[in-house]
Amino acid sequence: MIHWNSFSEFLAMGGYGLYVWGSFGVTALIMAIEPIMVARNRKATIARLRRQLRAESRNAAE
Amino acid sequence: MAVVGRDLKLAMRRQADIVSALFFFVIVVSLFPLGIGPEPDLLRKLAPGVLWVAALLATMLSLPRLFADDYRDGTLEQLALAPHPLGLVVTGKVIAHWLVSGLPLALIAPVLGIQFDLAADALVVLTGAIVIGTPALSGIGAIGAALTLGLRGGGVLLSLLVLPLYIPVLIFGAGAVDATVTGLGGEGHLSLLAALTFASLGFAPWASAAALKIALE
Amino acid sequence: MTDRFNLYRYAAPSAFYPLAGAMIPYFAAVAVVFGLAGLWLGMLVAPTDFQQGEGYRIIFIHVPASWMSMFIYLVMAFWAAIGLAFNTRLSGMMAQALAPTGALMAFLSLWTGALWGKPMWGTWWVWDARLTSELILLFLYIGYMALVAAIDDQRRADKAGGLLLLVGVVNIPIIYFSVKWWNTLHQGASVSLTKSPSMASTMLWGMLLMAMCFWMYSIAVALMRVRTIMLERERHTDWVKAELASLGAGGEK
Repeated sequence: MIHWNSFSEFLAMGGYGLYVWGSFGVTALIMAIEPIMVARNRKATIARLRRQLRAESRNAAE
Repeated sequence: MAVVGRDLKLAMRRQADIVSALFFFVIVVSLFPLGIGPEPDLLRKLAPGVLWVAALLATMLSLPRLFADDYRDGTLEQLALAPHPLGLVVTGKVIAHWLVSGLPLALIAPVLGIQFDLAADALVVLTGAIVIGTPALSGIGAIGAALTLGLRGGGVLLSLLVLPLYIPVLIFGAGAVDATVTGLGGEGHLSLLAALTFASLGFAPWASAAALKIALE
Repeated sequence: MTDRFNLYRYAAPSAFYPLAGAMIPYFAAVAVVFGLAGLWLGMLVAPTDFQQGEGYRIIFIHVPASWMSMFIYLVMAFWAAIGLAFNTRLSGMMAQALAPTGALMAFLSLWTGALWGKPMWGTWWVWDARLTSELILLFLYIGYMALVAAIDDQRRADKAGGLLLLVGVVNIPIIYFSVKWWNTLHQGASVSLTKSPSMASTMLWGMLLMAMCFWMYSIAVALMRVRTIMLERERHTDWVKAELASLGAGGEK
C-alpha cells in the first residue's frame, strides 16, 4: 500500500526533498500561523472594544 | 467636447506639470544606461522595456491630478449632478489627459530610442505603440484616480492599484517593439494593444464614474 | 416562502455572527479530515511519476492553492457585486475577511510553483502567461487590501474595494485559459470536466482531497475573521455590546 520502503526514502523524496518539503513546510507554516494571527487579532479587538465601551459609559455617567 | 476643451485649458495653465512629467520620463530613461552600462547590444535589447516602464511611471505621476483639482473646488460634485452622464464627462477628461501626457511621451520616445541605438523601424513601431497604448493607460488610470480620490497616501496607493492593471499594456507594448527588433513583426502585438485600448476606453469611463460616485457620497 | 425568508435573516450581522461561530469548528474538522486523507493518498500511497520522479508531489499543494486563489477572488467579487447592488453590509465584511487568505493562497501558488519549476525546468521563474497573471492576481489582492485599509469610512471602503475587485475579475479567466491560448512553459490542463483525466487515480484523488481541505480551511479562517470584523464595525449596536460584555476580560471564545 505505502509507496515508500523507509522513512529516509520518504524524507529524501528521490532527491527532490528540498523542494517538496520546502513547499509542504511553508504551507504548514502558513496554515498554522494564519489562524493564530486571526485569533490573536480577535482577542486584541475584543479587549480594545471593551476598553472603549468602559470609557464611553464612564463619560456618559459623568 | 466641452469637457475636453475645459480640461485642456486648465492643463495649459499648469504647463509646469506637463513639462515636469516629460522631464521625469527623460531622466528615468537616461538613468538606465548609467546604471546598466553603455554596452550597445544590451541597451538595444532592454530599450523597449525601459522606455515602456518609464512611460508607465510618467503617466502615474499625472494621474492624481485628473480629478483632484475638480474635487477640491466642488466642480466634480456639480459635474456628477449634471444631466450629462458622468461616464461621458470622464471620457472627456481621459482624452484631455492623454493629449497632455501620453501624446507628448509618444513624441519624445523616438528621440530617446535613438540613445539606445534602436533601428528606424523599431523607432516607428515604438512611437506607434506608445500612441496606441497610452490612451489605455489614461483610461485605466482614471479608475484608480477615482477610487483613491481624497485618500491619504494617494499617489502611492494609486500606483499600487493601477500598475498591476497596466501590465498587459506593458507586455504588448514592449513586445511589439521587441518583435520588430527580432524581425518577427509587431503587428500582432500592436493589434492586441489596440484591442486593449478600445476595450479600456469603452469600459473604464463607466467604472471611473461609478468610483467617483462612491467617493462623492 | 417562509424558508427563503429565514435564509435572508442571516444577512443581518447579528444573526450571522453566532451562525458563523457555530460553523467554524465543523469546517475546521472537515478540513483536517480531508487534509489527512489527501496527504495519506498523495504522500504515502501515490506512485512515482514516470517523468518527474518524486518532485511532482508538490502538485498536492500547488494545484489546490492555485484553485483557491482564483476561487476566493471570484467569491470576493461575487460579494462585491451583491454589496454594490443591494447595499448590504455583511457582503463587504465577507469580502474583507476573505482577502488575506486569498492573497496567501496566491503567494503559496507562486512559491510552490517556483519550487516545482526549479528542479523540473531549471528555473525559479519564467514570464509565461499563467505565472504572470497569477502574480497580477497577488498584486490585485494586495491592492484591494491596501485600498480598503486606506479608507476610513467603511461603507465607502466596501464599495470602492468592491469596484476594484470587479474591475480585476477579468484576470481570472485569463489565468485559467492562458495555458490554452499561449503555448509556453506551464503545462496544459490535466484535469477537465469533460475529458477523463490524464493522471493516475491515486494522484488525482490526492489532489482533489487536498483541494477540498484547502477549501474548508479557507472557509473556516474567513468565518473566524469576519466575526472579528463584525464586532469592530457593529460595535455601537446592542448585540455587540452584549457579546463583548459576555466575553469577559479574557476575550474568550
